[in-house]
Amino acid sequence: MTLEAHPLEEFTRKGMIPHIWCNGCGDGIILSEFLRALSELKYDMNKIVIVSGIGCIGRISGYINADAFHTTHGRPIAFAVGVKATRPDLKVVVISGDGDLFSIGGNHFIHAARRNIDMTVICSNNFNYGMTGGQSGPTSPLEAYTTTTPYGNIEHPFNLVHLAAGSGAVYVARWTTIHVRLLRESMKKALKKRGFTFIEVLSPCPEQYGRRNRMPKPMDSMVWFREKSVIRHRINPLEAEITPNEIVVGEFVDTEKPEFTDLLQQQVRSIQMKLEKEGKSTNVPL
Amino acid sequence: MSPPRIPLSPAQKLKIAEVEIVVINDRCKGCGFCIELCPKHVLDYETRLNIRGAHPPHVKTEECVGCGICEEICPEMAIFMKIKEREK
Amino acid sequence: MRRDIITGIYFALGDVACAEGAIAAGCRFFAGYPITPATEVAEHMARRLPEVGGVYLQMEDEIASMAAVIGASYSGVKSMTSTSGPGFSLMQENIGLAVMTETPCVIVNVMRGGPSTGQPTKTGQQDVMQAKWGSHGDYEIIAFAPSSVQEMFDLTIQAFNVSEEFRCPSFIMADEIVGHLRERLNIPKPEDIHLAERKKPKQLPQSYAPFKPDQDLIPPMACFGEGYRFYATGLTHDETGHPQTDSAEEQTKLVQRLCDKIRRNRDRIVRVERIMLDDAKVCVIAYGSVARSALAAVNRARKQGLKAGLLRLITLWPFAEKEIEEVADEVDGIIVAEMNCGQIVREVERRADHRKITFLSRLGEDPHTPEEILAHIRRVSG
Repeated sequence: MTLEAHPLEEFTRKGMIPHIWCNGCGDGIILSEFLRALSELKYDMNKIVIVSGIGCIGRISGYINADAFHTTHGRPIAFAVGVKATRPDLKVVVISGDGDLFSIGGNHFIHAARRNIDMTVICSNNFNYGMTGGQSGPTSPLEAYTTTTPYGNIEHPFNLVHLAAGSGAVYVARWTTIHVRLLRESMKKALKKRGFTFIEVLSPCPEQYGRRNRMPKPMDSMVWFREKSVIRHRINPLEAEITPNEIVVGEFVDTEKPEFTDLLQQQVRSIQMKLEKEGKSTNVPL
Repeated sequence: MSPPRIPLSPAQKLKIAEVEIVVINDRCKGCGFCIELCPKHVLDYETRLNIRGAHPPHVKTEECVGCGICEEICPEMAIFMKIKEREK
Repeated sequence: MRRDIITGIYFALGDVACAEGAIAAGCRFFAGYPITPATEVAEHMARRLPEVGGVYLQMEDEIASMAAVIGASYSGVKSMTSTSGPGFSLMQENIGLAVMTETPCVIVNVMRGGPSTGQPTKTGQQDVMQAKWGSHGDYEIIAFAPSSVQEMFDLTIQAFNVSEEFRCPSFIMADEIVGHLRERLNIPKPEDIHLAERKKPKQLPQSYAPFKPDQDLIPPMACFGEGYRFYATGLTHDETGHPQTDSAEEQTKLVQRLCDKIRRNRDRIVRVERIMLDDAKVCVIAYGSVARSALAAVNRARKQGLKAGLLRLITLWPFAEKEIEEVADEVDGIIVAEMNCGQIVREVERRADHRKITFLSRLGEDPHTPEEILAHIRRVSG
């Protein structure tokens, strides 16, 4: 019996740990690594807003000791845009699942990336819709078995790295939950970088996806990640694929471009200065 | 096979960390990540069951080098390291 | 010199008056998507918000617009969106989120002919029930129906005030006619405009529970970046904000309070205009642009010696039940004129003897003519 507090205890909301995630779920690792990243950056926890959507990973906002909001399905990015545009001084982090971000939420993802709004989006990709019992999603591999693809999935999955890069994200990385330290370093990089940053994290879902795809035990998914992952930094995002033979991980995009709230504030300032100079209350006719 | 690196200076005084592995037993759900992924195979499943019906880990050897993988890979915040440095 | 309240007399478009009202009320965030006939609200906000240091965002769709409005409101900024029927439908799920997380915000629906794409450039009043029942779940909201360009300005300020006070989404249910009308607009002096602000917590972060209500059933609202580190979710939650998805008791407590905080205060919220009703034998009930025709009809009726009066609904929700009941007892006939197939009339029928009620429907680009309403006033008067 120990009365010791876990080193990450102060970053979690009192009374909420232990969390609701299944045995072997990767979401717990994502939570811990994210908190470790914040801890190592000595982040001011009063200056960060965590937004999550619906799904198992969506519960993460309830576990983190920071301002947090749990939106409707698919909408955390749109909500986060509203937060960032009005409080550009706060760091906004969206942590959500593959379905929430790329099925119902796909439109919001590509537009926020296009605008290069300063936020970090972390996707827990467990290849299915875990919360509702294991249905297929936009990242389910071809031929995978899920409750809604009982004969095998006949749809091609997204290459999220390619999608994010194509939409205009300035930092794109993919890791798995076994790459704990590399994942954490990516998270730190993404948090510090100004602009739309995206990290895809492949995550075990033993109870739903794993069970139906010959990986019923938690370690089975981790073994899959360990054996099939290959780090290829900076290759063409189009080629950073997840295939039966290999899982390409690494950092694929790390670039700079003008950030949305910077441009917005610049424009607002110049308009206000013009009014100041002209001594007017408005230049807009009614 | 020749060693990949040849020291340019004499061996430094080795600092071996004294590490204590702390397990919060009742948080463990028995995923086995810490046990299976420990590079020194320091951990093993306890025979008893905790309140969740899982076999939590316990330290079985003195070989722990304080790498911290068990703490980082645990999804439940159920295991962590306490380090006390000691010079050898 | 103030840039937000541009005191003066203008000849303004209804949609523009609505936008100016929002800015005068302190709105500094707008997220929307163009849609006829509400686009002018967005365009005017796009031009004016930077002048007052606010943010205009054109989101990718109406669903994102409503989500961004909630995000901005939770960041401490008075926020608004505007749309019409099709966009209003898209916003419903997040309107529910605004209700559940008690987010102050204003949604403007400049109604047009529906259903579906309908007649984008023609007026309608077909969404008035949707304002109350559009999202899933049981809840209360506050909705206004402006009848003039001046009301587009004034009622938008009211909408912000009630949404801040009661921590709920409030609606401006305008119609295309009022939205696209140009009329005299009087923007008063700042000291003549009363604004309400959301209650802020007095306690320190460690003792703050984000959904613990005060005596008035309304919790004080902390916002992001103020050090409160609170958690809000659309799931049923307890006073600390934590999900309570198993407890029937918590569900009852929360949902009932969300309804009661408005129901309890309906006397303060409900607004009607009673015109010549004191001795009336026939009452016309109308709102929005139809009320203008109704007023003309009632005036003409009086000139012809008929004892007619108008009950103009200024708030549509909560419904003016008491006010209708009062009138229903006094008159022999009630004429409800709406530009739909019968929506508010159903609420009237719940409160008044249906044998007294005549429903006049009008669909298409023009509201009822005064003559049409007058003919029924004459018929009912006998």
